[in-house]
Amino acid sequence: MTEAKKVSLVLEDGTRFEGISFGYDRSVAGEVVFYTAMTGYPESLTDPSYTGQILVSTFPLIGNYGVPSDGMKDGIHQFYESNKVHISGLIISDYSKEYSHWNAIKSLGEWLKEWKVPGLYGIDTRALTKILRVKGSMLGKIEFSDEPVEFSDPNAENLVAVASCDKKEVYGNGEHKVVLVDCGVKYNIIRCLLDRNATVIRVPWDYDFTQEEYDGIFLSNGPGDPAKCGTTVEYIQKAIQQDKPIMGICLGNQLLARAAGAETYKLKFGHRSHNQPVLLAGTDRCFITSQNHGYAVAPESLPQDWEPMFVNVNDETNEGIRHKTKPFFSTQFHPEAASGPVDTEYLFDEFIENIVKFKKG
Amino acid sequence: MVRLNTSIKKAIVLGSGALKIGEAGEFDYSGSQALKALKEEGVETILINPNIATIQTSENIADKIYFLPVTAYFVEQVIKKEKPDGILLAFGGQTALNCGVDLFHQGILEKYNIQVVGTPVQSIIDTEDREIFAGILKEIDVKTPRSIACTNMTEGKAAAEKLGFPIIVRAAYTLGGLGSGFCSNEKELDKLLANAFSYSPQVLVEESLKGWKEVEYEVVRDKYDNCITVCNMENFDPLGIHTGESIVVAPSQTLSNSEYHKLRQIAIKIIRRIGVIGECNVQFTLDPHSEDYRVIEVNARLSRSSALASKATGYPLAFVAAKLGLGYGLHELKNSVTKVTTACFEPALDYVVCKIPRWDLNKFSGVSKNLGSSMKSVGEIMSIGRSFEEAIQKGIRMVGVGMHGFVGNKDEITIDEIDEELINPTDRRIFAIAAAFAKGYTVEQIHEKTKIDRWFLQKLQNIDELKNALSEKSTIEEVDDTLLLEAKKAGFSDFQVARLVMECPNKEINDGLLKVRAHRKARNIVPFVKQIDTLAGEYPAQTNYLYLTYHGSEHDIEFKNDDKSVIVLGSGAYRIGSSVEFDWCSVNAINTIREEGYRAIMINYNPETVSTDYDTCDRLYFDELTFERVMDIQEMENPKGVIVSVGGQIPNNLAMKLYKQNVPILGTSALKIDNAEDRKKFSALLDEIHVDQPRWSELTSIDDIYKFIETVGYPVLIRPSYVLSGAAMNVVSNPDQLEHFLQMAADVSKEHPVVVTEFIEQAKEIEIDAVADKGEMVAYAISEHVEFAGVHSGDATIVFPPQKLYVETIRRIKKISREIAKALEISGPFNMQFLAKDNDIKVIECNLRASRSFPFVSKVMKINMIEIATKVMMGVPYEKPDKSLFELDYVGVKAPQFSFHRLLNADPVLGVDMSSTGEVACIGENFYEAILKSMLSVGYRIPKQNVLISSGPARSKLELLNSARLLQERGFNIYATEGTHRFLRENQVESTMLHWPDEEDLHPNTVEYMRDKKIDLVVNIPKNYSKRELSNGYKIRRSAIDYNVPLITNARVASAFIYAVCKYKMDDIAIKHWDEYKA
Repeated sequence: MTEAKKVSLVLEDGTRFEGISFGYDRSVAGEVVFYTAMTGYPESLTDPSYTGQILVSTFPLIGNYGVPSDGMKDGIHQFYESNKVHISGLIISDYSKEYSHWNAIKSLGEWLKEWKVPGLYGIDTRALTKILRVKGSMLGKIEFSDEPVEFSDPNAENLVAVASCDKKEVYGNGEHKVVLVDCGVKYNIIRCLLDRNATVIRVPWDYDFTQEEYDGIFLSNGPGDPAKCGTTVEYIQKAIQQDKPIMGICLGNQLLARAAGAETYKLKFGHRSHNQPVLLAGTDRCFITSQNHGYAVAPESLPQDWEPMFVNVNDETNEGIRHKTKPFFSTQFHPEAASGPVDTEYLFDEFIENIVKFKKG
Repeated sequence: MVRLNTSIKKAIVLGSGALKIGEAGEFDYSGSQALKALKEEGVETILINPNIATIQTSENIADKIYFLPVTAYFVEQVIKKEKPDGILLAFGGQTALNCGVDLFHQGILEKYNIQVVGTPVQSIIDTEDREIFAGILKEIDVKTPRSIACTNMTEGKAAAEKLGFPIIVRAAYTLGGLGSGFCSNEKELDKLLANAFSYSPQVLVEESLKGWKEVEYEVVRDKYDNCITVCNMENFDPLGIHTGESIVVAPSQTLSNSEYHKLRQIAIKIIRRIGVIGECNVQFTLDPHSEDYRVIEVNARLSRSSALASKATGYPLAFVAAKLGLGYGLHELKNSVTKVTTACFEPALDYVVCKIPRWDLNKFSGVSKNLGSSMKSVGEIMSIGRSFEEAIQKGIRMVGVGMHGFVGNKDEITIDEIDEELINPTDRRIFAIAAAFAKGYTVEQIHEKTKIDRWFLQKLQNIDELKNALSEKSTIEEVDDTLLLEAKKAGFSDFQVARLVMECPNKEINDGLLKVRAHRKARNIVPFVKQIDTLAGEYPAQTNYLYLTYHGSEHDIEFKNDDKSVIVLGSGAYRIGSSVEFDWCSVNAINTIREEGYRAIMINYNPETVSTDYDTCDRLYFDELTFERVMDIQEMENPKGVIVSVGGQIPNNLAMKLYKQNVPILGTSALKIDNAEDRKKFSALLDEIHVDQPRWSELTSIDDIYKFIETVGYPVLIRPSYVLSGAAMNVVSNPDQLEHFLQMAADVSKEHPVVVTEFIEQAKEIEIDAVADKGEMVAYAISEHVEFAGVHSGDATIVFPPQKLYVETIRRIKKISREIAKALEISGPFNMQFLAKDNDIKVIECNLRASRSFPFVSKVMKINMIEIATKVMMGVPYEKPDKSLFELDYVGVKAPQFSFHRLLNADPVLGVDMSSTGEVACIGENFYEAILKSMLSVGYRIPKQNVLISSGPARSKLELLNSARLLQERGFNIYATEGTHRFLRENQVESTMLHWPDEEDLHPNTVEYMRDKKIDLVVNIPKNYSKRELSNGYKIRRSAIDYNVPLITNARVASAFIYAVCKYKMDDIAIKHWDEYKA
């Protein structure tokens, strides 16, 4: 009934979907990926790992609980995963113009407009997902009729450089000094560390953190191809010569693997959901995890002193690695959740315990 | 390497018995799944369940079936005989769970060394006792409502004072909120406490969290401590309305990620602490203004919610739970939809489902229609859409009370007191919201009054706005494609569009909706078929679990057009008069179709059924059984034909409309179905073939009604023809009652005629269930009612084969049935009901479809009549049953299950309108053994000592005299009300007189005796004379229900039961499984 603008989503294979704009009216190009989580759009949209991507939500009803307040705590946003909306565009089926939640201050549409991010609804996102599923991830563009745009591959540039911070920053005042290598970190990683009595020293991706005074290293998540982060990998290689505890998440897992000498590759089907089962190697313990990645570690390329720590039960891809003797481990999934299940948050405890043990000598 | 519990070679599975409010068809589904899982593992299975109409009690599902009461006594007898290694308690609802706890407490499980498969009994006990449970949760820092356990009235009052009003009172150890309620002052409190204590020695007084959200999680845990939550669900209605009475959506819609996962994590913490192996459900309430929460209930078993969650997600919870009980880990099982991914995952939905309860409160006199903390609904539906608007409008139609969606209901419903209905919700709540929007209420105003989350109301307002936009147009051509598509996406039916746009009067609405259909098809506005695949499209899945939506641009599936498929229309929501029996018929039709090498396509939307298990058929359309939707599916699938005669009345009613669109209907012609359904046509047909029927007339003026009654005489059966969902049928015995009735039906006119039928008293009622092939009757079963005519056939106690019919009567019934089968050229199932008095036989009803009693007679005879009927309809060869088979040397008795204890104030009296919610049937060596087993199965108990008789009219006094003598001989104490006492004394039977309830000051008093549990059985036969006796009779009946004393209100049933009780002791009852009764 309202005068809505019809806009196209065009995939690189020529498939075209017509939708209605509810975000910012601007044409954009990017990599089209789908995620199957049913909650947490404010978290996902601010997740730096989605930099350069046009996000398709398979869950059709989006916008229901609006957008939470932009309140700050301990120097970071309380309810967002970074200080901005990182996605390039959002594709959904059914948009809630009105929203309802005690913590909401604006609608999703208003928020997208603020960050100049286009959003389309009225698209058969299941049909779209099936195309993406069959062909792997694809390039695509949201195109307003009066504003043509070319396809462009976000992975061609170093997205980590885009998503990372530009200078060192310190959060909290806890007893464990943790260097956080920011490749596009989600704030909940910082929160999880602060909750565990840490001082978080957040440094840019290409910063030589080995010069810092620290008790442990945390390698963050981030967007894009790990092969583009050679500088970070070099610093990590220095760090693993020593014995100070290291934990990594997502891109951090891939960077740690590369530093150890292993290889990474692009998955045909990335994992972007809240329901990925991972098995702790050598046990019957299976965890439901939140994931968002397009690249993975090739476990057969791991050197002898490293081993797989977690394996995906569905496609048997690697979900984490650990050093056989030193306190180094990393996961492909997101123990910090936000959004998603929090079943593996205990890994942060293990990281801190490693630090405590290390300090005791 | 899977390490299974291989010590279990033979296991007992407990069923849930008869369907009742709070415990319905969902347990047929969960039990069937568990049996399937056990079978797959090579475990020999023994099922105990007296519900003969279920799928689980069919052949090839369990190895042995005992149609016996699910009580500790009978289970022990079966254990003694079968010597099983294990028992499954979690798949038969509260009935099985309670029985399991009894077995445990009585040391029976230990004595026979029986392992409980799955969750240990102690865990179950921990969750059932609210105080213990609250303590356990406190240990792990999980919040529960502040609550004080009380064991008497004084403690209860003190607790209320401490917590402050409003408060909630709950009885421990009860089903679905029985004996529970809210109260806001002392007076209400006294009443509630007294009631709650009558159900349970322990009562909880709790803080009220009215207005908070209600959210549920279905949690699964394996022996390795791996946990998943398969689904979460959010109630549309806030806390205060029982979740069984609430509209529920899945997944939750108004919870942020943080809220969703906070509650999820707590649910997992709880399941770990209790030690569940298998499935459990955790109910939360969540503050709408913060993340504060309370845990309100945990069920350590499969539940109604878990059945709903299984259907909502495609994740077979019961199947997986049974496998976990046998020792599998979640990661060792496969996702049964994708077949390639693991069962250790949490389904991702790409649609929204909506559950709506179905109430039949009109069927009961005296029942409050207000929704509250106890459950009254008798069934439910689940609708699937890709927007809330689409799902809710589909759902409202599915409930089947004659509504067309959220809007567009005209004469069907009028709401006068909008504010009252919003503040104190009834079964019409959703329509009160529609009326409020129509009156111009804002979302805010409605939220204020209902506390329903604004998000839901905003979505409903969208529907209301679309209604207004459509109403502005006057022809379908005027409606532009954008608006029409938007309306269809919001779940508007062609009917609604026709009514709103063209303002079609009711008579022209069929043409109108066909016009809308043609127009939108021309404009290419059509629905698309989507799959439910558990992973939101992430992995390819060959799933056959389907629904239709307008939010789409392509089908997920392809259509074969090879003439090798058959569509079966299911039964829709369970309701009084149509429940699990029709699911049995549907599933058996499907099985037969598949065995014949055809693909079976099922359409149904009832989440409590086995027919909506995607494993059952080749394609499952979980969607509407409306003309529009069936046409959509029929046009896409282009099947060999459609079967309309196994799903009860809903598909039967579609026959004519489908026929007119040239849909190939298998079996009896739709024209003939119409001939049987249309009273006038059927009557003319009976006259033509010289078959007698009670005199009747459809009358449009009061004078004509009087005139007609003058010729036939009182009593008469009277029924307004415009009443929508049943009800309002009445037997009228005198001019006073007639006047009273006609006042209620003030609007007698050409549009609203009244049907008056001669009512024949003291007549036997006889039924035939049969199959005919092109007019030739090829299989039949004749059964008789214990009660005389006047009790609805669904409430009657039915005996098969008949024990007390003249051979002549049987012969004549066969003959008449053959003639009617021939005249109506029946091909398929049919059922007829007759009255027999002396040898005079009259036809009272004929349905050209399967009936409620098909599973009962099929199983007792061991001849599957639906299989024969389906083969007939498909035109494939079949075997005519051998007639000698009918000479059975055992007897089956089907007994009704009532749920009056859940229906506060309802008069538990039987009449021409059906009021039972379920049934059982047991097999015995003779009639008395069979009826005793059946009645014990629906909750009667053999009286220990004291029987109260209030025998009503002279006729029933006489009828009961022999029973009284027998009771006296056997040493029972007889108590009687005044007239009965006098009558018994005159006939030399001793009794103690108890005063009527309205003589409160006179002792001993009937009500006092029942309250003090001094009475073990109440026989109260209602009579319809003075008002005083009526109200006294009501009080006796109601007290019997409220104080949980077995009650019989029919003299013939009472005689049979008393005879059986006097003749049989518990240990005389044979413990034999189905196959031991050889035909």
